[in-house]
Amino acid sequence: MSVLEVRELSIALPPGSDRREAASRVSFSVERGEIVCLVGESGSGKSVIAQGVMGLLPKGLPVTGGTILLEGEGITHASQSRLRELRCTRMSMVFQEPMTALNPVMGCGDQLDEVLREHTRLSPAERRRKILDIVREVRLPDPERMVGSYPHQLSGGQRQRIMIAMALVLEPALLIADEPTTALDVTTQAQILKLIQDLQARHGTGVLFITHDFGVVAEIAHRVAVLRLGELVEFGAKDKVLKQPRHDYTRMLIGSVPTLKPHARPAEAGAPVVLATRGLSKTYRDRSWFAKRREVPAAVDVTLEVRKGQTLGIVGESGSGKSTVARCIVRLIDPSGGEVLLGGEDIATMPAGRLRPLRRRMQIVFQDPYRSLNPRRTVLEAIIEGPLNYGVARAAAVERARKLMELVRMDPESLGRYPHQFSGGQRQRICIARALAMEPELLIADEAVSALDVSVQAQVLALLEEIRERLHLAMLFITHDLRVAAQVCDHVAVMSQGRVVEYGPAAQVFGAPRHAYTRTLLEAAPGRDFAFGAS
Amino acid sequence: MQTPDPKQYEALSIEASAVRRQHGVWQRVRRNWSVRIAGAMLTVLVAVALAAPWLGTVDPTLFDPGSRDLVPGKTGEITTLNGETITHTFRMGSDSLGRDIYSRVIYGTRVSLIVGVLCALLALALGIVCGLASGYLRWLDGILMRCMDGLMAIPAILIAIALVAMWRGSLATVIVAIAIPEIPRVTRLVRSLVLSIREEPYVEAAISLGTPTWKILFGHILPNCIAPLVVQGTFICAFSILVEAILSFLGVGLPPDIPTWGNVMAEGRQQFNDYPHNIFFPGVFLAITVLAVNILGDGLRDTLDPKMAKRV
Repeated sequence: MSVLEVRELSIALPPGSDRREAASRVSFSVERGEIVCLVGESGSGKSVIAQGVMGLLPKGLPVTGGTILLEGEGITHASQSRLRELRCTRMSMVFQEPMTALNPVMGCGDQLDEVLREHTRLSPAERRRKILDIVREVRLPDPERMVGSYPHQLSGGQRQRIMIAMALVLEPALLIADEPTTALDVTTQAQILKLIQDLQARHGTGVLFITHDFGVVAEIAHRVAVLRLGELVEFGAKDKVLKQPRHDYTRMLIGSVPTLKPHARPAEAGAPVVLATRGLSKTYRDRSWFAKRREVPAAVDVTLEVRKGQTLGIVGESGSGKSTVARCIVRLIDPSGGEVLLGGEDIATMPAGRLRPLRRRMQIVFQDPYRSLNPRRTVLEAIIEGPLNYGVARAAAVERARKLMELVRMDPESLGRYPHQFSGGQRQRICIARALAMEPELLIADEAVSALDVSVQAQVLALLEEIRERLHLAMLFITHDLRVAAQVCDHVAVMSQGRVVEYGPAAQVFGAPRHAYTRTLLEAAPGRDFAFGAS
Repeated sequence: MQTPDPKQYEALSIEASAVRRQHGVWQRVRRNWSVRIAGAMLTVLVAVALAAPWLGTVDPTLFDPGSRDLVPGKTGEITTLNGETITHTFRMGSDSLGRDIYSRVIYGTRVSLIVGVLCALLALALGIVCGLASGYLRWLDGILMRCMDGLMAIPAILIAIALVAMWRGSLATVIVAIAIPEIPRVTRLVRSLVLSIREEPYVEAAISLGTPTWKILFGHILPNCIAPLVVQGTFICAFSILVEAILSFLGVGLPPDIPTWGNVMAEGRQQFNDYPHNIFFPGVFLAITVLAVNILGDGLRDTLDPKMAKRV
C-alpha cells in the first residue's frame, strides 16, 4: 500500500484567475521509504497540491475532484478534527521559510513539546527525553541549549533542522517538504538534503519533496513528477525523467539548467580595464551612546578588475559581502576604505556633485524584479528617467526607449503600461532596458536572475550575454548560484566573510579550485554529477 | 557556451502568457460600501453648504428681539439689514437674541467643512515636508523628530487654545492653530514610510540613474506614501471639525458673530434645560459630519492599505 496516493486530483482557482484550475487531474503516489520530487516553475500548482494533501487549502481553492489516500485512508473530504489527528502523527510538513514557520515568541523546545502534548499522553519527563532525542537526531549541536533557544537565536539551517525535528518527532508515514532548502545557502542546503535523506531511509518515511531546482531533484529523488500549469506532464523514475524526458516541457526545463562546466570563451587579455577596486573595504559601525561600539566588517580588502567586454563574477553565500561590494562600487553606500577606479578615476570618496556625471557610466540591475520598478510609474517613465536626468531631449529619450524595448525582446507598444502588468522575467528585462538607456560602460547584475524560474532565467541570461557581446559591455555579475556563474563569467572571485578567497579565470576556479572554501562550495552544489543543459 | 534559443523558450514558458491582472485602486474604492455611504453623506453636506442661501435661510447674523427663544417650527418676525421686518419660520427655533438657528446651523456647515478640509491639507502639507526631510536626510532626523516629540507632549487642544489666544480669533488663525498640533502625527507617519521606501530597489535604481534628491523624494517616495496619507487626512479632517467646535464652544475659537456649530452650542449652553434645541440641532449636524468623514476614512483604509487589499 502506498503511503500517499493522489488520484485525478483537481483543485479549482477563484474566478478571474489566469486559468480555471490550480491542479487538473493530477495523479501520483509516494511509496514507503521513497522520495518523490514534485517539480515545476512558479504557478505550476505544486504547493497547492501539498496544501491539498495536508488539508490546508484556503477557502478560495476547493478540491473539485479526485481522491487523496493516506495509507489507504481517504482524506480528501476528511473532517477538520480527523485532519488535526493525522497531522504530525501520520503526515507532516516542512515549509520553505523556517523563520516564519516557527513562532518567534515561543522557545524551540516548547514548540516541539506542543506537538507531543497535543498528540500523545507522555509524561513531561518522557516528552523531554523524546525532544532531546529528536534534536540529537537532526544533528543539532548542544541539544540542551537548542531546546531552550528562541528561533531568532538560531541560524537558518538550524531553524530548518528544528522544523524537521518537529515534523518527524512522531514518526509520520509521510513527510511533505515544500521547498525546504530554497531559503538556505548552498552548503547548508547540502547538509539539510543529506539529513532528510538519512532520516527518511532510517525511518522508512515516504517523502513528497517540492522544489523548482533540478539540481536538488538529481540529488535526492527516487521518482520525479513534473508539473506545468497544474497538469502533471511527466511522472517516473529519476534517471528516466532526467535523462530521457518524454515531454517537451521537461526537456526544456532540464535544458535550461545551466551546467557547472565553465564556458570556453576565450577572454581577450589586452582589453582595457573599465573598473578596478583596490583594497576596497566596508565596515558597518553601530553608533550608540551607551553600548560598546560594534564593528562588522562586511567587505575587507577587495581587489578586483573588470575589463571591457568581459564578465567578472562574484560568487559567495549570503553574508559573504558580495552585494556590499557591488553597492560600494555604484556608491549606493560609501566605502570605508580603498579605491574604486572607474576608468582610472577614484570615485570611492568623491563628493556626490562630482560623482553625478560619472554615475551614468555604471548601472545596476537588482535581484527582486517586483521591487525594482516604481509601481506608480509607467515603464516608459522608468526607462527615460535616467536620460532625462542627463539632459537628453524627451523625444529622443522616448525613441531610444522604444529601441531598447526591442533590444530586450519586449513589445515597444507596452511602454505605457505599469510594472504590475508584467511578469517577473519581463520586469527584469525592463530593468535591463532602464540600465542600458544610460549607455553604461559597466553593467552590474546583483543576483539579477536569482528570483526567476529556471526557463526565464535562461532567457534573461541569454539576453544579458547577447547585450554584453553587442554593446561590448563590461559586466560584474553577482550570484550565489555556481551554475549561473559558470555559464556567464570569464573571471570569478569567490567571497567568504567579506574577503575574496579565490580569484581567477572561470575555468581555473571551477576546474582546479585552490581554496578549500571554493571546493566546499563546488561540492555542495546540488546535482553536480549530473550533466544538465547538454541535451 | 550553450545559449538556449530564446524564441523557443518564450513559446513554452509559463511566464510569457501569465500577466498579472489587478483591479484598479479606484475601482476597488468605488465598490466599497463604507466609501459609498460616507461619500453620499458628505456630498449632501457639501451641497447644503454651497446652497445655503437658497434653502429657506436668512442671513445668519440677523436677529430680532421680538422673536427670542422660539421653539422649532414657530413663525416669527426678523429684521433684515435694510431695516425691513419680514415673517420667517424658525424651523429649528431661535436663540436668546432672536437669531434663526436653522440659518446659523446651515451656514455653519460651510465653516466646519472649510476648517476640516483646510486643516487636513495644511497638516498634511507641513507634515509631508517634515517627514520627507527627516526620513531621507539623516542628519536632520534627530533635531526635527525631537521638536515633534516636544510638540506631541502638549495636548492638541491646549496648543490650539494658546495659539488662538495669541493671535486673535479668525478663520485663518483657528485653522493654523488646529493644524499645528496635527503635524507631528503626519510627520511620524511619513517618516516611517520614507524609511522603508528609501530602501526599495527602485529608489536605489533612481540614485544610480543620477536622479536628484528632490526628484527622488517627490517623484518616487511621496507617490508611494499617498494611500496611508489619504486615510490619515480624513481622520485629521474629522478631528479638526470637532476641535473647531470645541474651541468655539469654549469661547476661544471663532468670534461669536461667525455662525459655527460650536458657537451656536456655546450660546445655547445657558438655556439648555429650557430650550435644548439650541444645542440639539448643531450637535446632530456635527455628529453626522464627523461620522461621515470617519466612515470614509475607514473605507479608504480598507481599500487602499496594501495588506488589506490582498484578500481573495
